[in-house]
Amino acid sequence: MSARAAPTSGYNFAYLDEQTKRMIRRALLKAVAIPGYQVPFASREMPMPYGWGTGGVQVTAAILGEGDVLKVIDQGSDDTTNAVSIRKFFEKTAGVATTTHTAEATIIQTRHRIPETPLREGQTIVYQVPIPEPLRFLEPRETETRTMHALEEYGLMHVKLYEDIARHGHIATSYAYPVKVAGRYMMDPSPTPKFDNPKMNRSPTLQLFGAGREKRVYAVPPYTDVVSLDFEDHPFDPDPPAEPCALCGARGVYLDEIVLDDSGGRMFACSDTDFCESNRAKAGNS
Amino acid sequence: MYVAVKGGQKAIENAHRLLAEARRGDPATPELGVAQIDQQLALAVDRVMVEGSLYDREIAALAIKQARGDLIEAAFLVRAYRTTLPRFGASEPLETSAMAVRRRISATFKDLPGGQVLGPTFDYTHRLIDFSLLAPSEPEAPAEETAGAPLACPRVSGQLAAEGLVEAPAATETEPFDLTRTPLEFPASRDVRLQNLARGDEGFLLALAYSTQRGFGRTHPFVGEVRFGEVEVEMVLEELGAAIPLGRVVVTECEMVNQFKGSDAAPPHFTSGYGLAFGQSERKAMSMALIDRALRAAEFGEEANAPAQNEEFVLSHSDNVQATGFVEHLKLPHYVDFQSELQLLRKLRAEWLAAQEEALKEAAE
Amino acid sequence: MSDEAPLLIAEGLTKAYGSRLALENVSFSLYEGEALAVVGESGSGKTTLLNLLSGIVAPTAGKVAYRMRDLRTRDLQDLTEAERRFLMRTDWGFVRQDAREGLRMAVSAGANVGERLMGVGERSYGRIRNVALEWLDRVEIDRDRIDDAPTSFSGGMRQRLQLARNLVTSPRLVFLDEPTGGLDVSVQARLLDLLRALVADLGVAIVIVTHDLAVARLLSHRILVMRRGEVVETGLTDQVLDDPQDAYTQLLVSSVLQA
Repeated sequence: MSARAAPTSGYNFAYLDEQTKRMIRRALLKAVAIPGYQVPFASREMPMPYGWGTGGVQVTAAILGEGDVLKVIDQGSDDTTNAVSIRKFFEKTAGVATTTHTAEATIIQTRHRIPETPLREGQTIVYQVPIPEPLRFLEPRETETRTMHALEEYGLMHVKLYEDIARHGHIATSYAYPVKVAGRYMMDPSPTPKFDNPKMNRSPTLQLFGAGREKRVYAVPPYTDVVSLDFEDHPFDPDPPAEPCALCGARGVYLDEIVLDDSGGRMFACSDTDFCESNRAKAGNS
Repeated sequence: MYVAVKGGQKAIENAHRLLAEARRGDPATPELGVAQIDQQLALAVDRVMVEGSLYDREIAALAIKQARGDLIEAAFLVRAYRTTLPRFGASEPLETSAMAVRRRISATFKDLPGGQVLGPTFDYTHRLIDFSLLAPSEPEAPAEETAGAPLACPRVSGQLAAEGLVEAPAATETEPFDLTRTPLEFPASRDVRLQNLARGDEGFLLALAYSTQRGFGRTHPFVGEVRFGEVEVEMVLEELGAAIPLGRVVVTECEMVNQFKGSDAAPPHFTSGYGLAFGQSERKAMSMALIDRALRAAEFGEEANAPAQNEEFVLSHSDNVQATGFVEHLKLPHYVDFQSELQLLRKLRAEWLAAQEEALKEAAE
Repeated sequence: MSDEAPLLIAEGLTKAYGSRLALENVSFSLYEGEALAVVGESGSGKTTLLNLLSGIVAPTAGKVAYRMRDLRTRDLQDLTEAERRFLMRTDWGFVRQDAREGLRMAVSAGANVGERLMGVGERSYGRIRNVALEWLDRVEIDRDRIDDAPTSFSGGMRQRLQLARNLVTSPRLVFLDEPTGGLDVSVQARLLDLLRALVADLGVAIVIVTHDLAVARLLSHRILVMRRGEVVETGLTDQVLDDPQDAYTQLLVSSVLQA
């Protein structure tokens, strides 16, 4: 954990000016009021490239306060280069305390994973989203997808799922698996593995989603229904790994495959590095 | 024993140091000065100002130095810098007809008031590599200009419009849309499209413009006018109640004269396309004008099937800072998603093989 | 049939494009289960009429009214976008001349047939597939082809697939735009026979646009003969084709090679 420090001078707290933060918060309020609905916002040019988390960074910057404790992960790890880069950005421009421990964080910004440690009321998780529109690859036109959402015309997505089953015997979407939120809007949960979808359902945590390049934010308020799309006779399957983590022994958690040598040697370890380390520390202490 | 990879932070810091070294190059070679870039690579600076959406030659030149000559990276730096700048308000529309013209040509008339002023251009050069540029040299002084009042250069489009031959631009009281303050939504009005194109990637716009000339959305264009020079930037200050000059910027303006159209309401007349860019950016201004007209297809009842006429396609992909961010983001770790794909694929393969075996067994019986 | 209110009513339908009158003052009523043929040469306005009747294009003058499933007759222009789109997916069908416009070419036959069901909330893969198989049987497409995309189908098969796709939600009104256009004569015959049987079985009303009088005779009860945007003659199909009153209709009838 890194304690609060004075931010680098010359920048407003968390880089964005207050007007911009207000604009983003207004958009977020709209998003929370209409769970799963994509609210357009005037995304700013940030010092990191589009596609590298500018949406998530803007959402975090808009809600960050001096007393917050920030955790940033990418692929479940605090130490991947992009997570490090974003954490350093907020340390520099906001001087907030940061942590790698999920339980200690008040705000968690994440790319592609939800932490294994269950999140609590009062925490906020901010997801980085590349393509917010779940129908985008079925219908490239924004004008048409907007109409489909407005009229709740989601047949096209079920056509896609039907095709998967006809062709592969299974629904062939393994990440960014589409969900229905509060029984109304279809949403893209961001490219988290479908394994993580159940964690979103009726979570006590506020879930915010930011897509900087596509200029959309959306939200799932605490205790909201988030249901993965499926067929009655082909129900959603989160597909948990069969093995335990080779390092800490945990079961039913998402694992990274690590290539050990060039003769096919492989190992599976927790993708959530904080979770894994905590387990090992506890095991060491007991 | 496998040890989880750590040290991402250290790796990044080292990468930054390496970058600084690479940027400097051989210490024995004199370091590039920002003023040199501004003066001697002026067209690169112009392009970075245009795509960075900020008129500041020094910042653009500095960005080019910092970006090691990668102009999109430089535009990105300028954009990020722009985000931090305070805004006072909006200027009055630029009066380009009052431009102090350095170059001005028209392809629609052989001669016109103000004349065809060739100015500094590559257009009539032979593209032979000039090896004399390997060594420092003094350029020849151009022929002396006769001193006197600058010639009036009324716009060609103005003259055609006076006769009703070309559409007159619609005057409007509404505030122009600001893409940096409001997100783009479709359908987009012309001011939104023009603003989007103004900061769009020159290469992308060039290719689309080229496609219209080759039949993908033909608009029958003529260069009514290309002019480049200085214009005053003025702003109305409420306290003074009048417009005061803030300074001068150099811009390139292009007006295309396109396919004529008539309707029940008006007799046939030429239609037009418009382009404007900072600095001497003719390729950009011309491409912009061609695409502006192509995107107006619906206005004129034309079928819009070509890529350059597809508003969503053109405007969603014109921003090179966004484009490069997303294309290059593929370099970021995606191993978690890949893992879930691998898992699914392994399962499908296992089932496929099992099905094959079953089939073989049944065939054998 | 004549005791009930009409299913579809056109009143004084007119469409102008600038100064050009594409359609002028067309009126008729269509009842449930009735088949109406609109015949004429290209440029007669018959496609414009179809677009007006299906609400794709708004009339310059006149109106189109449809009796919804809740028995209220509504002016098409008063429907919201949502209502219109829902109608197009459930109570109506539209079979296009070019099957590529009426089908999802990249998606399997089964999905093409099942899409409307999924659009109204059917959530059992098994049931969707069974209904799709039944319909493939009805339109005489081999069951084995259920997982094939229509890109691998012949022209006649694609049209039959279009029929299945449109009829799966038991619509009460189907528009057909030159459904036999571009098909071989024998393929046409098969399609027409199928169409006639299905229409009779399902009691669905159809409006079929065609330049082919034989198609009109085979499928329709009533006929509108169009020329240059106007209806020149209308009446029971057999009567009009056996004993045409208008000079233009006479010309059309006499120029058709009798089989």
